[in-house]
Amino acid sequence: MSETRDYSHFVTQRGGHSSIELAVEGVACAGCIAKIESRVKALPGVGEARLNFTTKRLNVGWTTGALDAATVVETVEKAGYRAHPFAPQDVKDEDARTARWLLTCLAVAGFAAMNIMLLSVSVWSGNASDITGETRDLFHWLSALIALPAAAYAGQPFFRSAWNALKHGTTNMDVPISIGVILALGMSVVETMNHATHAYFDSAIMLLFFLLCGRTLDHAARRRMQLAAGNLAALKAVVAHRLDAAGNLVTVPPDALRPGDRIMVKPGERVAADGEVVDGASDIDDSIVTGETLPRRVAAGAEVYAGSINGSGALTLRVARSGEATLIGEIQQLLDRATAVRSRYVRLADRVARYYAPVVHLTAALTAAGWMLWGLSAHDSIIIAIAVLIITCPCALALAVPAVQVVTVSRLFGQGIFLNAGDSIERLAETDTVVFDKTGTLTLPEGRVANRADIAPALLQRAARLALSSHHPLAAAVAREASERQPLAGANEMSGEGVTALVDGVEARLGSPQFCNVAVDGGDRDGGSLIAFRHGDATALFVIRQTLRPDAVRVIAELRERGLSLCILSGDREPAVAAVAAELGIANWQAGVKPAEKVALIRKMSEDGHRVLMVGDGLNDAAALASAHVSMAPISAADLSKAKADAVFLGERLAPVADALSIARQARAAMMQNLALAIVYNIIAVPVAIAGFVTPLIAAAAMSGSSILVTLNALRLKQRKEERRDQSGEQARAEPVSGGPAVIGQQAVAR
Amino acid sequence: MNILIYLLPIALALGLTGLFAFVWALRNGQYDDMDGASLRILSDDDL
Repeated sequence: MSETRDYSHFVTQRGGHSSIELAVEGVACAGCIAKIESRVKALPGVGEARLNFTTKRLNVGWTTGALDAATVVETVEKAGYRAHPFAPQDVKDEDARTARWLLTCLAVAGFAAMNIMLLSVSVWSGNASDITGETRDLFHWLSALIALPAAAYAGQPFFRSAWNALKHGTTNMDVPISIGVILALGMSVVETMNHATHAYFDSAIMLLFFLLCGRTLDHAARRRMQLAAGNLAALKAVVAHRLDAAGNLVTVPPDALRPGDRIMVKPGERVAADGEVVDGASDIDDSIVTGETLPRRVAAGAEVYAGSINGSGALTLRVARSGEATLIGEIQQLLDRATAVRSRYVRLADRVARYYAPVVHLTAALTAAGWMLWGLSAHDSIIIAIAVLIITCPCALALAVPAVQVVTVSRLFGQGIFLNAGDSIERLAETDTVVFDKTGTLTLPEGRVANRADIAPALLQRAARLALSSHHPLAAAVAREASERQPLAGANEMSGEGVTALVDGVEARLGSPQFCNVAVDGGDRDGGSLIAFRHGDATALFVIRQTLRPDAVRVIAELRERGLSLCILSGDREPAVAAVAAELGIANWQAGVKPAEKVALIRKMSEDGHRVLMVGDGLNDAAALASAHVSMAPISAADLSKAKADAVFLGERLAPVADALSIARQARAAMMQNLALAIVYNIIAVPVAIAGFVTPLIAAAAMSGSSILVTLNALRLKQRKEERRDQSGEQARAEPVSGGPAVIGQQAVAR
Repeated sequence: MNILIYLLPIALALGLTGLFAFVWALRNGQYDDMDGASLRILSDDDL
């Protein structure tokens, strides 16, 4: 390729040192690490190159000026892997810092708990035998010495969150946790000063340790998912081809374009910026912006918008607006503002906290009052009351939901579903109505050969192999059918018309019907496009149309069996929507729906009491996605990182929608079970505490026991097997077990 | 029980050492790539 690449936009410079981070695809083994790192390190000027196998990211550093970032990318590509740089501001530094902070807090709590336990067990066994008061006091003071600084540091995540909630006049789970920890520590110090037998330092620190375990795992699971999503976004990134002053093509990221630049848009590519056509003529697919699937003819002087897909002709554009100033960028910003006002869904855990905190605190207060009335000293009554607070173990309650969430996020990730919002799981579980968009959601975004059954297999294969050499989007649809991915040698493409090659000494042609001299009958093609093939005397006419996702019919049937109401809202023309609805058996559908109407219809459904899951892609669905109770989008949607959906699913199948719903329901059931377990535990433990029988030993055992129980229950979810819906030879192309980007790469390479 | 006078400080010191070692490892990025670490054993670079 004679095109140069300009990746300077992605390079970070500090002093005399430049670095870049690349998302790499296709890395699968130890050999890959060695190969990539050694080749990149061999480049002159490169200081370090490290491939992070977990996140599939390559970090390269070199002395400024020694080499060009593009060289690094090319080296990786020559080694056989796809690579694309991240823009520096896309790197989620914030998440990495939070993860480290949580781990440090966990470490501090863990080490403190272990060392305090050392002393506590000595005291407990000594209490049963012959420990002297002075030794016990010494051990208690040592425990205090360890516990107080450790809790001050390790409790930060909870104290800050509780303070935040209280400042805004609400309460969440962290408020009772913070109160419990502080009171336990305070009471223990007072008791130690009074030479008492029992001190609860170990309970307080163990509580922090268990809760931090839950938090850290939850955060780590989410972060892992977000890193993979970031990789996918980088690898799918649109590039622009800028024409420099000399007329050479330079590949640049869309954000580097400036108004007045001239860019070239090749056939089949996404337009990178808003602009006016300077040269060339083509058909433009605006569906991502308007929802209209019929292409629009453009020629010199016409306006074209970022995000739309170019048809068969190459266009030269003069950029009018780029980046956030494009139409697509502005709509995105409007949406960002609109969704900020969205009603806040109260998470299950927070709802429980609303009852938990007052009930527990009231119980403790009543206990203290009761004992004092009964004649016990104020000091002893308060001790018992605080013991009640400690034993009510927010441990199990605060672990109940996060434990299930961690397992669920991994399960969803394994099915190719990425969650954008934390409370998506709970909202997915409550769904009773599913609204589908048609184009790109129920149907595959790229066209497929619709009449392949009518064409001789050998002819089909020959046509498909020839199609591999063509850039035309219709040819790409034919190329998908090729089982041999080796393009034919000597293929010659005439842009806008077709491609020719010599096969077995006879010329083969693939292109428009006129190009191939194939007669076209006036038969009804259901809005499909035609591409013809001629090899000697054998001819074939391919109808390219958007087809339903391979398992759409089965998934829709399954959703209906589950009792969900189904509906299609599409901006496309009525005949197209009617055909799809008939094939899927969905009675409730509407065509020609504008974006604002979609939002209104969904709002009405919500007002009628339905919980709506909206599945859609494209900007014209974005507002609807935001207004539904919960939403999902396929990965081909407008922009992965800015998708307004709560969850994004990979692959060509529709099954992830059904999977997400069932996994979410199982998760919700497990959350409820965990909460029930926690409540039952409390019902048993609280009377024991009120009666004054709780000692630190009992508190420690109870806390550990309930936490383990709740975690084991959450792990039970992992045992559920996902149904492997592989039928009709359709390979499970979208099962990213640990290599999401790798699978997408295979699809991309296969085109 | 006089032995406690030096056993306790030693125990605490050991505990603190363990904590600092963990935090250092964390800050040094030792935990950033667990899967990669297990695979790098297999490479022949240092031989």
